[in-house]
Amino acid sequence: MKTDNNRRSFLKNISLATFSTLALSGCNMKEIDEYLQQNFRELTDEEKDEIVKNLGEKYKKRYGKDFHVSYKPAMEGVLFGYALDISRCIGCRKCVTACVKENNQSRDPQIQWIQVLQMEKEKGVDLAHSDVHYNPEKVPEKGYFYFPVQCQQCRNPQCVTVCPAKATWQEKDGIVVVDYNWCIGCRYCMAACPYGARHFNWGEPNIPVEEINTEVHYLGNRPRQKGVVEKCTFCVQRTREGKYPTCVEICPVGARKFGNLLDPESEVRYILDNKRVLVLKQELNTQPKFYYYFG
Amino acid sequence: MNFTRFLTGSLKIIFQGGKPYFAWLILLTILILWGGYGYYGQLTDGLITTNMRDSVSWAFYIGNFTFLVGVAAAAVMLVIPAYIYHWGPIKEIVIFGELLAVCAVIMSIAFVVVDIGHPLRFWHMLPFIGTMNFPHSILAWDFFVLLTYFAINATVVIHLLYSAFNKKEYNKKLVLFLVLASIPMAVGIHTVTAFLFNALPARPFWNSALLAPRFLASAFCSGPAILLILFQLLRKYTKFEIKNEALFTIAELMVYSMFIYLFFTVAELFKEFYSGTEHLLYWEYLLFGLGDNKEIVFYSWASIIFGVIAFFLFLIPKTRKNFVTLNIGAVLIYSSVYIEKGMALIIPGFTPDVLGQIYVYKPSMTEVQTAVMIFSLGSLLFTFLTKIAIAIIFEGYNIDSLERKERKK
Repeated sequence: MKTDNNRRSFLKNISLATFSTLALSGCNMKEIDEYLQQNFRELTDEEKDEIVKNLGEKYKKRYGKDFHVSYKPAMEGVLFGYALDISRCIGCRKCVTACVKENNQSRDPQIQWIQVLQMEKEKGVDLAHSDVHYNPEKVPEKGYFYFPVQCQQCRNPQCVTVCPAKATWQEKDGIVVVDYNWCIGCRYCMAACPYGARHFNWGEPNIPVEEINTEVHYLGNRPRQKGVVEKCTFCVQRTREGKYPTCVEICPVGARKFGNLLDPESEVRYILDNKRVLVLKQELNTQPKFYYYFG
Repeated sequence: MNFTRFLTGSLKIIFQGGKPYFAWLILLTILILWGGYGYYGQLTDGLITTNMRDSVSWAFYIGNFTFLVGVAAAAVMLVIPAYIYHWGPIKEIVIFGELLAVCAVIMSIAFVVVDIGHPLRFWHMLPFIGTMNFPHSILAWDFFVLLTYFAINATVVIHLLYSAFNKKEYNKKLVLFLVLASIPMAVGIHTVTAFLFNALPARPFWNSALLAPRFLASAFCSGPAILLILFQLLRKYTKFEIKNEALFTIAELMVYSMFIYLFFTVAELFKEFYSGTEHLLYWEYLLFGLGDNKEIVFYSWASIIFGVIAFFLFLIPKTRKNFVTLNIGAVLIYSSVYIEKGMALIIPGFTPDVLGQIYVYKPSMTEVQTAVMIFSLGSLLFTFLTKIAIAIIFEGYNIDSLERKERKK
């Protein structure tokens, strides 16, 4: 790590020269430190502690609440998998709104990590004829079924391959995450994702203070800035603490199942063994860990 | 010391000229200010001021970027025929071609900078100080080849011009080596830019091996079109000499490129329409619209019609060798490729989006203003550099002339 330290001190020296003018014009040292922060995967635990502490203070200032910012790493022997029962889903979109709240997604401009597609029963899983803006009095509608899509947590994630700055990667437990402090906002990952799972903060995100979730993870649901990409993380702030993702908990019909693919006793494993599953756009070889099945 | 004199001397030169020259500078300045005002809005409020959204996450900016990479590539590739056909003063053709290439590369990179959410974080994708995703990310490759290409061309023109300014012989070996290196690099930058789109299985519209060949063929239509007009202007107003025959040969070469481009496109269209898979949707949106969504149809047909007219104007010897029709053809083919790369390449790649939804995209005022700003800045830079180059090559602007002036004082 010696070279790394040199590199960082070198950067800091440059910064002192270059940014002293900026500092005079109102930029404080913390902002400069944040600007010079390295890729999350290159940080030591001490640096992470420091960063997380600063983030907590920053959020406290902005939202007036105490945040618990975690950077808990993946657990050993865990590979998360998800199963969704298409025949049960009624298209109520409770998962969508619960996800928005849990994961601090911007309300205006609106960002939603889960998109539920309404599909004609006669056509089967046909994206070209699906509708994401369905809005009837009551769901489910006759002749239609519902097909929720969110990050498929690919084993072979195209979005990670194309990122020019290594700002997004797959964690040991299989979750694809984004370092919001490292993302340059080029949106190449969005062009590469076959599932529309990645969302961009086109403007400054807005969340009502009374609705903010203060239990956050650095790589997950912490408040984002404008100009960066975000995505579903299987609720990394919950699942690494042994809880279910919010969408699994909220689903009123029990269409959503979640668990450890490496655990032979887990519910997802049971579904893989006993039901017939499909993955979306299997021909692209993305190898999702998100399975659809007909229960 | 000579270099500071060169700089101050050049500074004086770029602010000398007739009324039309100053009118041109004032026009560009107004456009830069107007465009800059739009870009300022984007800087403060974010990319929400554009009409891009999650469904269509790249659009006009990236289209412009792609177009300008083509211009940069083609400007240098023109050196080959210039050499083979003995068009006359090859050194001058190299200089003006590479000046255009340098400006086009700067503009193309500027279009990427305005497109990204955090331009100040660009160092994250550099090697050593950041974490460049090399060799996996094609964007990292593109950045690398564009920068190399820029460095090569800038070195050649600066060396040629600065040696001429100092009345010294330029380093022939170095220049020959760099010019020879810049030709495959020119092919390289446009190929890598095509690969940027081409290898994304999520986007069937681009996922065709013909994309890179089509890029090159279309670039060889748009880049020379600019030079065709520039050479005529230079010939008229300076001592620059180029034979009529050379200009007609450029046009002839452009016809071959247009034909190849047409052939590739027909091959692509045949495959898509005859097989009629679900991937046809994107082509349908481009050419006919989907249902009521016909927003882009106008652009695609404008590009096709401009291109076809230019093709015939350049194909028929009589119109090719008439400067009026030749110039009309050059403007038409330039516009055709610009519309094709700016609108018809990127947007259908995202419409319908990966989940089959249609988001109707049209550039916002901010996007138009920002593009105008970049094009005007690029034109201003190109004007200044050309002015200095003309002074050095044709008007005897050199170290002696400066000294003479100083002595007079």
